[in-house]
Amino acid sequence: MKIAVCIKRVPDMDMRFAIAADGASLDPSGMKFDIADFDGYAVEVALQLNEKQGPGESVVISLGPDGVQETLRKALGMGADRAVQLKADVVPFDGMAIAQALAAELKDGGYDLILFGRMATDSANQSVGPMTATLLGLPCVTAVSKLEIANGAGTAERQLEGASETVTFPLPAVVTIDEGVARPRLPSLKGIMAAKKKPLEVKPAQLGAARLTVARMELPADRPPGRIVGEGPDAVPELVRLLHDEAKVL
Amino acid sequence: MANTFAFAESRGGSLRKVAFEMVAAARQAADATGGGEVHALLIGGPGVAAKAAELGQAGADVVHVVEHAGLERYNPEVFAATAAERIKAGGYRAAFFAASAEGKDLAPRVAALLGVSLASDLTGFSIDGNALTGRHPTHTGKIITTVTLTGTPAIATIRPGAVRADGAAKAGTVHAHAPALDPAAAKVQVTAVGAKGDAKLDLGDAPVIVSGGRGLREAANFTLVEELAAAFGNAAVGATRAVTDDGWRDPSTQIGQTGRIVSPELYVAVGISGAIQHIAGMRTSKVIVAINRDKDAPIFKVADYGIVGDLFEIVPKLTEAVRKARG
Repeated sequence: MKIAVCIKRVPDMDMRFAIAADGASLDPSGMKFDIADFDGYAVEVALQLNEKQGPGESVVISLGPDGVQETLRKALGMGADRAVQLKADVVPFDGMAIAQALAAELKDGGYDLILFGRMATDSANQSVGPMTATLLGLPCVTAVSKLEIANGAGTAERQLEGASETVTFPLPAVVTIDEGVARPRLPSLKGIMAAKKKPLEVKPAQLGAARLTVARMELPADRPPGRIVGEGPDAVPELVRLLHDEAKVL
Repeated sequence: MANTFAFAESRGGSLRKVAFEMVAAARQAADATGGGEVHALLIGGPGVAAKAAELGQAGADVVHVVEHAGLERYNPEVFAATAAERIKAGGYRAAFFAASAEGKDLAPRVAALLGVSLASDLTGFSIDGNALTGRHPTHTGKIITTVTLTGTPAIATIRPGAVRADGAAKAGTVHAHAPALDPAAAKVQVTAVGAKGDAKLDLGDAPVIVSGGRGLREAANFTLVEELAAAFGNAAVGATRAVTDDGWRDPSTQIGQTGRIVSPELYVAVGISGAIQHIAGMRTSKVIVAINRDKDAPIFKVADYGIVGDLFEIVPKLTEAVRKARG
């Protein structure tokens, strides 16, 4: 199968963030980057499908400045066959602007399957996958926790709130991957060496107009300080009184 | 003056709490732009039209109802095509969808069909004739991003619990429509549905959530959490990622940035230390109670009320007291 995986380079979420002087972006000093969590799962899904089903091609695509090449090389190191950078000075916050660039790239690519992570861990918009699918007129299944492909059709399981559902769909299709499908492999030393020689094509991103923009970024305000009601089971009556009289939630 | 649109999410023929919240969000937007009408869209199986009156009670002037035997469950293609058609026909200033599992799947499709952008998962917003401005937690909840959305209609998903459903009743006049697409012709078809966890009360609908973490020591001890939830009578049971990763609880009950993000009236954290990723999923709860053995656990920094000590002694006492308090 010819599979495209759209991946995003995001900051390491374990770090302590600081707001940049413009008040609308993060201070990049000391920032480490990696492939977004769910996008890593999507790469793994593509690799496993092609390993299982014989000859195929896994193409990783990322939109952004040259820094994304590092992320693409990591995916190549994991085993993807080739990479495409859709070059843009900055990654817009607007999912629709990004989806338009991806749709332009994917439209005539002849892909059987186009994978995304369920959401990017930084912008958390969870919109680019289904938007791209809609622009391409392809069937789309989001937040998939189990995926099987056979005879030109897919079966996927997705978790809903308090329920799960199984869906079937024809290929070509767009699928966004939730965690739980496949733990992404680490690139082996051999993989990293091979990745250096794999093709990485750079093209200008045909971004749509950005109508969703960042006005401001802030660190979340702390909740007003709470209090320790007491220690051990003896504190229970006082807690219940507070929940009833003060918080009025009981 | 501008009319606004609310998508009224239903499940199994009943409206979800977020349906009323979206009507309230649409009312807020209509009032801010000169006081137009609120139009809700309700899609479901035969009989769902009976629920339109509840949306009128919540503040919808008009309820567009699409009933079809093939639409008892969410069908992304049909719902998206139908919502896009209605929004286009209505010429709305803004359209609101819940940032629920269904809304997050639906809203991007609708935006793409209409060729407009989408503001996601807002915890608050304001709107005027030019732009919608909203607050959106990003970077696993470590950053609050204020976004500006231009273009009409402005489409946004609103985080469950972020807007209070307390609007004045309106007419709720029903307009019936056919789906924009034959459900049988959709490419993606649901072939099986499995209930997971406590299907009676979803985490997104429950006014009270009792969650358990590693402090419970083993899966079997979650009965303590379940009994406390049962004592409240209107509570759902959640869990931390550590616990769902270990297979103690179903992954669909995980609360945190990568799981469910909830804002109940009351959140009770039992044996939860308070990892950042968990706190990102519950910090907007109205009242937080924490029970933990370690007085320095980060959960006590976000909790309104805490009890330090052995949960195995405290929780049964609390269950008993809550049961008594509720009569």
